[in-house]
Amino acid sequence: MTVMEQRGAYRPSPPPAWQPRTDPTPLLPDAAPYRVLGTEAAAKADPELLRRLYAQLVRGRRYNAQATALTKQGRLAVYPSSTGQEACEVAAALALADRDWLFPSYRDTLAAVVRGVDPVEALTLLRGDWHTGYDPYAHRVAPLCTPLATQLPHAVGLAHAARLKGDDVVALAIVGDGGTSEGDFHEALNFAAVWQAPVVFLVQNNGFAISVPLAKQTAAPSLAHKAVGYGMPGRLVDGNDAAAVHEVLTDAVQHARVGGGPTLVEAVTYRVEAHTNADDDKRYRADSEVDAWRDHDPIALMERELTERGWLDEAGVRAAREDAEALAADLRARLNQDPELDPMDLFAHVYAQPMPQLREQRAQLRAELEAGQEGEPR
Amino acid sequence: MTTVAVKPATMAQALTRALRDAMAADPSVHVMGEDVGTLGGVFRVTDGLAKEFGEDRCTDTPLAEAGILGTAVGMAMYGLRPVVEMQFDAFAYPSFEQLISHVARMRNRTRGKMPLPITIRVPYGGGIGGVEHHSDSSEAYYMATPGLHVVTPATVPDAYGLLRAAIASDDPVVFLEPKRLYWSKDAWNPDDPQTVEPIGRAVVRRSGRSATLITYGPSVPVCLEAAEAARAEGWDLEVVDLRSLVPFDDETVCASVRRTGRAVVVHESGGFGGPGGEIAARVTERCFHHLEAPVLRVAGFDIPYPPPMLERHHLPGVDRILDAVARLQWEAES
Repeated sequence: MTVMEQRGAYRPSPPPAWQPRTDPTPLLPDAAPYRVLGTEAAAKADPELLRRLYAQLVRGRRYNAQATALTKQGRLAVYPSSTGQEACEVAAALALADRDWLFPSYRDTLAAVVRGVDPVEALTLLRGDWHTGYDPYAHRVAPLCTPLATQLPHAVGLAHAARLKGDDVVALAIVGDGGTSEGDFHEALNFAAVWQAPVVFLVQNNGFAISVPLAKQTAAPSLAHKAVGYGMPGRLVDGNDAAAVHEVLTDAVQHARVGGGPTLVEAVTYRVEAHTNADDDKRYRADSEVDAWRDHDPIALMERELTERGWLDEAGVRAAREDAEALAADLRARLNQDPELDPMDLFAHVYAQPMPQLREQRAQLRAELEAGQEGEPR
Repeated sequence: MTTVAVKPATMAQALTRALRDAMAADPSVHVMGEDVGTLGGVFRVTDGLAKEFGEDRCTDTPLAEAGILGTAVGMAMYGLRPVVEMQFDAFAYPSFEQLISHVARMRNRTRGKMPLPITIRVPYGGGIGGVEHHSDSSEAYYMATPGLHVVTPATVPDAYGLLRAAIASDDPVVFLEPKRLYWSKDAWNPDDPQTVEPIGRAVVRRSGRSATLITYGPSVPVCLEAAEAARAEGWDLEVVDLRSLVPFDDETVCASVRRTGRAVVVHESGGFGGPGGEIAARVTERCFHHLEAPVLRVAGFDIPYPPPMLERHHLPGVDRILDAVARLQWEAES
């Protein structure tokens, strides 16, 4: 049986009969976000996994802080921080196997870094360079995607192609709450469900699309409920609880891998920093709102759990912090070096074979450079 | 030497054959789009492919053009070679964000690591009595997007040869199929198809000495007809079929204009901001001292594509082309 034949066959019923195609009940998300930390479920968690998550959270927080600092020093053109959302970033990367694919948005360089992408390469675009830095095939991380939700159909297509080839590869795509309003979000979920593609959609509901709060974005009961309309399960999870996000995503990845089809996961989190360093969040939210989320910080939640259970000692905390500092120092050192840019590269990869007019334009730019004009072009 | 019987075949048949041969030759070629499977496409270009290669290789997708092209991007990322059908020119517009922001620039932004060998077939142009949104000439949008090839056949052999080349290309190709030529016939032997045509080469369809008609796709037969009619006026017109708008074959076009000294660009697309402006500029920049007259354009009017009951007034026809030829300052010669 081919991949396409495995889909549920739909034929119109003869009049006047009508039957729902699927029972929506099992697709519905829980009433409240699923949590592990601070609940009974934590007792059954794997301490080694929680320690690993913790170390990555600490590292991720330091990465965010360092990247933001580098924007102030002019070393990054812009940085959309994932501070406060590290649980989603870390769990998404760790829920995948090596052969799987991650489809990040522009706020998800941390997930790429956790997956093994060199942080300097992950930040190439945000540095202001013309290309996406890392080789997407090296760690199976799709190029950073800026147009909202447009990476979701790519994830569906890749997962579908893998299935057609008989590979048990899963694609996980990350999108924000604002992105769920885009048409590509809808089309991607619909295609994924119709094709039963092995995809996991992770919505990081951080409360804001730049300045616009979720209430102006959707009237859905939750973003996870949107899954039901496509015929896939929706899961609601506490996005600051790394253990919970990891568990839910791991389940969804496994479900997809064995042919169960796609899952939509809404992780409820909060964007602690402004949209980017170029944004002024004082114009649209109160400090008290931000402060309220600090008690529910992903690192604090994890540290509390690990410490209370005696699963983390001083040495563990110190090791995590040292590792994070090493990452930051390396990032500082390498991003403080001026990048080597060759304007000729702008023509190198537009087409497989250079177009005649691009050859002409390349020659023009080379002549301008060779004319030895000092400084910047006028 | 054996003589092969050459029978007339339609452009649609040649396109079908090209898809079929490409799918047979390369298991990574996948056809996808609206109604392309069981129905065989609204123009029947994908007729029989689902039956022969299965639904996994020729897939009826949900009705969503951005989703079709967006998933094709992901399939290409995983090593497949998708051939996407957009049902009609104007129905391709929802896919433009995927096309412009991803398909056209993925090779560049990944420094060649992630090429997207996608062929996007778009039936385009008018003259078939289509109602609103079924007759647009959308080529200027594609031409203005760096990273795409834009190709359009005017003959049955070219339909086969260029589509094979498009599918074989490692770059994305927008393959514009002139709707009103789908049922045009040429002598073409489907059992001995022409070799694959290289993308980027224009061809002189008719040699002449007086002036050059530069055209493509659905306007090629109109220009050939105009050239025949022009003989009565004493003009011997050359007709250049561009076949490929991107890359643009300056060499063939300019060689012709340098021979004839006069040129008219003919297309259905609107004139303002249309392909003719670019073509006229390129010819003028390169052949100025060979020109006896300004390069003229015969284009569709700058109006939304008119209803079928009036489209004949919009489409460039023989008389309008001859009127333009008459305005090529012949008095300078006398």
